[in-house]
Amino acid sequence: MFCFLYIFINIINTNSGDIMNKKKYKEIVDLNTPKENSVKNALIAFLVGGILGSLSELLLRCYSIWFDLPRKESGVLVILTLIAIASILTALGLFDVLVTKVKAALIIPITGFAHSMTSAALEYKNEGLVLGIGANIFKLAGTVILFGVVSVYIFGLVRLLIMGG
Amino acid sequence: MTYVYAFLFCGFVCMVAQIIMDNTKLTPGHVTSIFVVVGAFLDIAGIYDKIVLYAGAGALIPITSFGHLLIHGAMDIATTLGPLGLAFGIFDLTSAGISVALFLSFVLALVFKPRH
Repeated sequence: MFCFLYIFINIINTNSGDIMNKKKYKEIVDLNTPKENSVKNALIAFLVGGILGSLSELLLRCYSIWFDLPRKESGVLVILTLIAIASILTALGLFDVLVTKVKAALIIPITGFAHSMTSAALEYKNEGLVLGIGANIFKLAGTVILFGVVSVYIFGLVRLLIMGG
Repeated sequence: MTYVYAFLFCGFVCMVAQIIMDNTKLTPGHVTSIFVVVGAFLDIAGIYDKIVLYAGAGALIPITSFGHLLIHGAMDIATTLGPLGLAFGIFDLTSAGISVALFLSFVLALVFKPRH
């Protein structure tokens, strides 16, 4: 709001009535966009992401003791647990509040993937089951799957043909 | 010791993503896509398998493991079937995550109302 007011005053101050040149406009915009403390953000992301990693390792060991599973299967169970927690938090509207606080620490783990699906499904719910939820559920998560599959085909073929697996 | 490595690796990945997002104009969508490709790339010569061995769940949680699991499943089948195996095995290990996420999103979208 303040930003727009500032630009408006500047336009009046030039008083020639000319359209402000793009360079000056960009300078003013850069001056008024709020600067975030990137060192603090990075530190928060590191700490919260690290705690999440340690907790999931604890959960993995608990699962392999409780259900008597090998590490690989309990790893899948941990991922499923995180997906379920993230989806429920998104549906309750709490996930966005958390993301504004800890930023990338919740977007980069698999929770971000589940969040993007659930939020897309909720957002387009009003447009119907098929054209709303069905058509838009992969709206954000689709990029992850698309680039994953494309890169796997490229790297996989290279590995098979050149390195022999 | 696995807990410490899990803390360090998961924290490191999140921190790199945060730094990229703060200093460039890339959105979270761009960063997750890049990280999936990086994860698939790191599976070459079993680098990511070694990371999983040391960091445990700390290496399974970040989105890089999605790319790793995709190519891992694909290569497992491809070693016996040849290039066609890439298509058969690509979703072998990630199907649980994707299907559960899809199912839960649909059910939760039916039950809850969107909040803004």
